[in-house]
Amino acid sequence: MSEKIGVYICHCGTNISATVDVSAVAGFAESLPDVKVSRDYKFMCSSVGQEIIEKDIKESGLTRLVVAACSPHMHETTFRAAASRAGMNPYLFEMSNIREHNSWITDDIVAATQKAKALVAASVYRVRSQKPLEPVYVNIHPETLVVGGGIAGIHAALELADAGYKVHLVEREPSIGGHMAQLDKTFPTLDCSACILTPKMFSAGQHPNINLMTYSEVQSIRGFIGNYEVQVRQKQRYVNTALCTGCGICEQKCPKKVVDDVHEAGLGYRKAVYSPFAQAVPKFPVIDTKNCLYFKTGKCRICEKECPTEAIDFEQKETPVDLKVGNVILATGYSLFDPRRLQQYGYGRYPNVFTSLEFERMLNASGPTAGRIVMRDGETCPESVAIIHCVGSRDKNYNEYCSKVCCMYSLKFAHLIMEKTGAEVYNFYIDMRTPGKKYEEFYHRLQEEGAHFIRGRAAMIMDTPFSASEEGKLIVQAEDTLLGRQRRIPVDMVVLSPAMEPRPDAKEIGKLFGLGCDADGFFTERHPKLAPVSTMTDGIFIAGTCQGPKDIPETVAQAGAAASRVLSIISKGKVELEPIKAFIEKELCSGCRICNTLCPYNAISFDEAEKVSFVNEAVCKGCGTCVAACPSQAIVGSHFTSEQLMSEIEGILFDRKEGAEQETVSIAKGGGKR
Amino acid sequence: MSYEPVIVGFLCNWCSYRAADLAGTSRIHYAPNLRVIRVMCSGRVEPQFVLKAFSEGADGVLIAGCHPGECHYVEGNLKALRRFHLLRKMAEQFGIDKDRIQLVWASASEGTVLADRVNSMTLTLKALGPLRWQSGVPAEIPVTEEVH
Repeated sequence: MSEKIGVYICHCGTNISATVDVSAVAGFAESLPDVKVSRDYKFMCSSVGQEIIEKDIKESGLTRLVVAACSPHMHETTFRAAASRAGMNPYLFEMSNIREHNSWITDDIVAATQKAKALVAASVYRVRSQKPLEPVYVNIHPETLVVGGGIAGIHAALELADAGYKVHLVEREPSIGGHMAQLDKTFPTLDCSACILTPKMFSAGQHPNINLMTYSEVQSIRGFIGNYEVQVRQKQRYVNTALCTGCGICEQKCPKKVVDDVHEAGLGYRKAVYSPFAQAVPKFPVIDTKNCLYFKTGKCRICEKECPTEAIDFEQKETPVDLKVGNVILATGYSLFDPRRLQQYGYGRYPNVFTSLEFERMLNASGPTAGRIVMRDGETCPESVAIIHCVGSRDKNYNEYCSKVCCMYSLKFAHLIMEKTGAEVYNFYIDMRTPGKKYEEFYHRLQEEGAHFIRGRAAMIMDTPFSASEEGKLIVQAEDTLLGRQRRIPVDMVVLSPAMEPRPDAKEIGKLFGLGCDADGFFTERHPKLAPVSTMTDGIFIAGTCQGPKDIPETVAQAGAAASRVLSIISKGKVELEPIKAFIEKELCSGCRICNTLCPYNAISFDEAEKVSFVNEAVCKGCGTCVAACPSQAIVGSHFTSEQLMSEIEGILFDRKEGAEQETVSIAKGGGKR
Repeated sequence: MSYEPVIVGFLCNWCSYRAADLAGTSRIHYAPNLRVIRVMCSGRVEPQFVLKAFSEGADGVLIAGCHPGECHYVEGNLKALRRFHLLRKMAEQFGIDKDRIQLVWASASEGTVLADRVNSMTLTLKALGPLRWQSGVPAEIPVTEEVH
């Protein structure tokens, strides 16, 4: 029985049809062997487009389907579903990528049309030898790994745990909490960050379904959706958590004081044995071996002597922990742009230039200044403060993107400075960006409260006075673009609002979990609009600022979305995998065992009784390396058989045959049966 | 009309095919001479596929995979690399210039890497001229003295 193939060419609005003569391609397709129906339509993926296909399958008795449109990574599943609905096996469908690989990469209409024809011919030739296949189902492991214990990770973990599923929450630092635990008040409501975060941290620490692994890092991950095997490296705390009560005596007695670069953002101190902050979850401290006197000099061990429960253990070793999970949520957060890179602002040179995170710690009642706004000397209260927006954001030399939250937290700073000190506050901004519920209202409130707004990127900060009034001050030089002139504003203190940047190791983390980073270094989502928390790797989701700058409400929304995506997979129980596997035809196998050692998953074994090799289907991932290597051509790679690929090659070069000379190549064509 | 070579590309599903997708979504303009065949892994590319492409009229073949160490299937790309070197050697014995078979590693975020290679390969092939391997062996083989 000959096949009846339906070919559909998509215009994709004008995305394809502007560069490809779609009706010419459809006309060409009609001339290809076994093609019964050939049409072009504005949007094949629309419900109308899909109905056209379904109707043709039913009414014209189509047995194979080709759609030439976008990348199969975009809409393969859409058209497979359409084929299934009309009663056709979804693996009798093939897609030609004439958008990403063709119409979007050239303006040459003649070349693009010819290439589209070749790609359609390739699919038509290939689809003729495709075989109906049944998808493989695998069970989903109901546990989830959440990487990162900031607000995104905590929220996602709690959502999953509350739904009754086990979560492993892995955090690199000694405590969960992340950046949100450093903040004082949150905009625009001015509610205290710790007051809303600590209850969640506490719940995450106590929840029977959450296995909290702090001071730990993911070492390796293998597997696929539903079945990931993860190894987590639990770093040694040198504190036995089974004995420690978190009393804090070790910390009080420790003689070594260290600048706290993480939680206090460099503004305050901690000890060499420390718990990062009072409400830390878990409460157990860690010993920082880089600074601990015992680890540096071999003497001290005061903490060991003072500990009432003998919980200090200098012999503790790092422990690897193996986990099995079905899904992973990455919530690894952001890093703050280092303003030393912008030398003109003098951060690090002028003591009274602060970063936003330092200032958050200063504002915080539990911070190093107990909430008092003071200059670097720790005593003097500033009479005037400049806040500089967009430090390292919206700047082509550093980060072109807008960091989204700086305008709002700068307004919050302005309000808190005026409330606490009565100082004059000058905001240097490029544009005020306050989209969000009650955000614009907060901006108006600040204008009414008397904060000064100077529209213009600050050019530099200097300490050289030009007049008596500038004596002993930091002078912010900026062009006020609304007045159209240069201004010099002398102030006592400057707060910089630096960009949110990807974590410095985001690339390695992405590599570990098999996801890409965009040009700015943030993790790439599957689709910027329609799949914002999914990634190109099934079963791996992203939430929060590791995907791009965002504020707390948006982060929490994403974390919830990621958790709900995971829940929907868990509740389904099974996931459909593509039936792309290798099989060995016993009759053809010579038993040479070349394939046995080639398989990266050790899925091929040798049957001593029958003297042939066989593939363990459950372990095979379908890469096809063995298929390519078999000297007897005894291995079939389903859906990517040699016959299918050979046909595809013939089709893709349909226009390269030289008529009369075709006879002479018939021998060369004979190669490859499957 | 100037000569436009045709390159058949075997792109792995996970990195290089997505790199080509990204080049498209980023509207990077490059030579439309590449015609892509998707394989699950560059390790799936049989030497026969490459010879088949030449015999069907391709002027060049580009094999593209994930970077070493980043293969979705652990090390299929390394198998492809081994075969690639042997294949190039064999191609030269067939009288096919080795630059007509090329290999590129392009991760899913490297649309530009793929596009650049297609551009440079197109230029190389233009300089080499059409292959016309399908025309088969000429009726009269030029006999040189070295041939026994």
